Amino acid sequence: MSRTLTYREALREGLDEELARDPNVVLMGEEVAQYNGAYKVTEGLWKKWGDKRIVDTPISEAGFIGMGIGASMLGVRPVMELMFWSFHSVAFDQLVNNAACVRYMSGGLIHCPIVMRGPANGGTNVGATHSHIPEGLFAAFPGLKVCAPATPADAKGLIKTAIRDNDPVYFMENTLLYGMTGEVPDPADGDFTIPLGVADLKRVGTDLSIIAHGRSVIHALAAAETLQTEHGINAEVLDLRSIRPLDQDAILKTVMKTNRVLLVDESKGFGGVSAMVSHLIQEHAFDYLDAPIKRVTTMDAPAIYSPHIENEQLPNPRRIIEKVLAMV
Amino acid sequence: MSSALADTPRLDFAGSPINQALSAADKIELFRKMVRIRRFEQAALQYYTAGKMGGFLHLYIGQESVAVGTLSLCGENDHSITAYRDHGHALTVGMGMNECMAEMYGKATGCSKGKGGSMHFFAPDKNYWGGHGIVGGQTPLGLGLGYGLKYLGKEGCALCYLGDGAVNQGAFHESLNLAALFEIPVVYIIENNGYSMGTSQQRSSAYRGCLAQRAEAYDMEWDVVDGSDIYEVRAKTHIAMERARKQFKPSILEITTYRYYGHSVADANHKKYRTPEEIENYKTHHDPIHLWRKRLIGEGVLSEEQAATIDKEAKQEAAASIRFAEESPAPAIADIMNDVYWETDNHTEASKIGRHFFND
Repeated sequence: MSRTLTYREALREGLDEELARDPNVVLMGEEVAQYNGAYKVTEGLWKKWGDKRIVDTPISEAGFIGMGIGASMLGVRPVMELMFWSFHSVAFDQLVNNAACVRYMSGGLIHCPIVMRGPANGGTNVGATHSHIPEGLFAAFPGLKVCAPATPADAKGLIKTAIRDNDPVYFMENTLLYGMTGEVPDPADGDFTIPLGVADLKRVGTDLSIIAHGRSVIHALAAAETLQTEHGINAEVLDLRSIRPLDQDAILKTVMKTNRVLLVDESKGFGGVSAMVSHLIQEHAFDYLDAPIKRVTTMDAPAIYSPHIENEQLPNPRRIIEKVLAMV
Repeated sequence: MSSALADTPRLDFAGSPINQALSAADKIELFRKMVRIRRFEQAALQYYTAGKMGGFLHLYIGQESVAVGTLSLCGENDHSITAYRDHGHALTVGMGMNECMAEMYGKATGCSKGKGGSMHFFAPDKNYWGGHGIVGGQTPLGLGLGYGLKYLGKEGCALCYLGDGAVNQGAFHESLNLAALFEIPVVYIIENNGYSMGTSQQRSSAYRGCLAQRAEAYDMEWDVVDGSDIYEVRAKTHIAMERARKQFKPSILEITTYRYYGHSVADANHKKYRTPEEIENYKTHHDPIHLWRKRLIGEGVLSEEQAATIDKEAKQEAAASIRFAEESPAPAIADIMNDVYWETDNHTEASKIGRHFFND
């Protein structure tokens, strides 16, 4: 049996189950405890688990992120909340030089079983400083793993796996998905996890493949419905879910099936996730392509504030449909 | 040296309980450890200059008493972490000259398999967590070690070393706030050699009295220590460590010391931003090895012959480590791709799912 949960409830359930499973799991971040979470993901967890397991930190990302990394080296399994992933910039040295590189520089003597999680998205009219989308950025650092779930079930299954993973996993959520609902398996039916590195075919189609991750998957699915009903185009939608490790096999499989690809990516085009995916497709499935690979990415400027047009800077169903119609 | 101690009346810390507890053998061991660091680094300098090593070489020569004195107080649950001037701490916690020298040579037998280099020595089995290259970047990690100890219910503390140039990094101040706020068993040890690279303390830091006094802003205990006196280093550090272990109260210690060489060996200006007289004065009057040797001979604990033997042995050990490093194999190109992820190194089920690496 499954239940309908919001994305934030599903995440919370995953966190709660891991807190129960492993006494070394500790949640830390700004407002995660007594305030119940800036976005209420951790609501109720402090009341249930207390001060030791759910820890409010000051606004001090370099300090507390680094502290979590140091504690993880000793075997604690911290789950660090960044109120926004955009705040990565003030903790960058810790996130990259320490978490990503310490295992390598120690010749494999050290590892950091830590999760950094929080929302990473545009679309909420908060301007450029709060709208960074850094999954491609962090996936570019070997030593790190990155995922970006689009649905409640994926959010729960992946956060549990991320916590159990023995490497640093950077987990990118989305404030505009927190309230979205979806079916999530009942805990009574067993421990529900989703491996990192497995993409999910969210819609089966024949005419072209739309490959996306995060909220772009939701846009792709909406666009696919319109393309089907209004234009008779049957699009397949592949949700990457995990950016690194990346499910290259699933990518190539859908490309070889439909022979046309649109990549939808809320990161910017230059160095974004879709740039890497595009490279892999042309390298491994060039002969299967009937048309150039196309992309819908966030328009290449810092995030605009204006509520009137921010949605047009980001991938959205209209932009996807227009791009598809020009392709087929 | 910092001027913080200039007018302080000299106290003799030999009588403090932690120093009274030292046996003659213990005292000789402290001497041996300092001598080994110096001889190791002198050998490293010689072969670095000869072009045998890559990268930077940040020498600890002149500062040996800080690592040796403080780390001599560590027990089973005490941990340490430092910045890039890390050879002294590494040898003191028990890392071998061979693995350290081989690391600088970039050899597969190095402590980090040739993947870290001079600035990145680690020995977690000896509670030694590096060896970190970014100024101040290790200070939140040291905090995390203390946090981990407390979380795991172990009575111990983290010694987190930094230079006087690191005290102006934001990460350090964030760490101090968190350390005091969360009552973390960490002792921050500022090894004040007077210069942040080529910029003197007076030209790089705004302070009243001394750098450690900044602790007051975080309601934290602090002290200034004469680094040339091992008894003083041990006595004052012991107090801070006990405060951390027993009361979960962090401290800052500022240990005044001096480096004979430049910021790194590549620092061509190290005789321009300080006078030859200043360097000579330290070597003559404050050299920690010389002073300790004199002290132990005065106490009748050590003879001139023993001291000479220890020195000779250290020199031979260092020479042997050079031979070991020279003769060791370089890492294979295939080794580049190991030690990136725990899961792939351990061939777990998770590591077989999805593409982890993106080589051509």
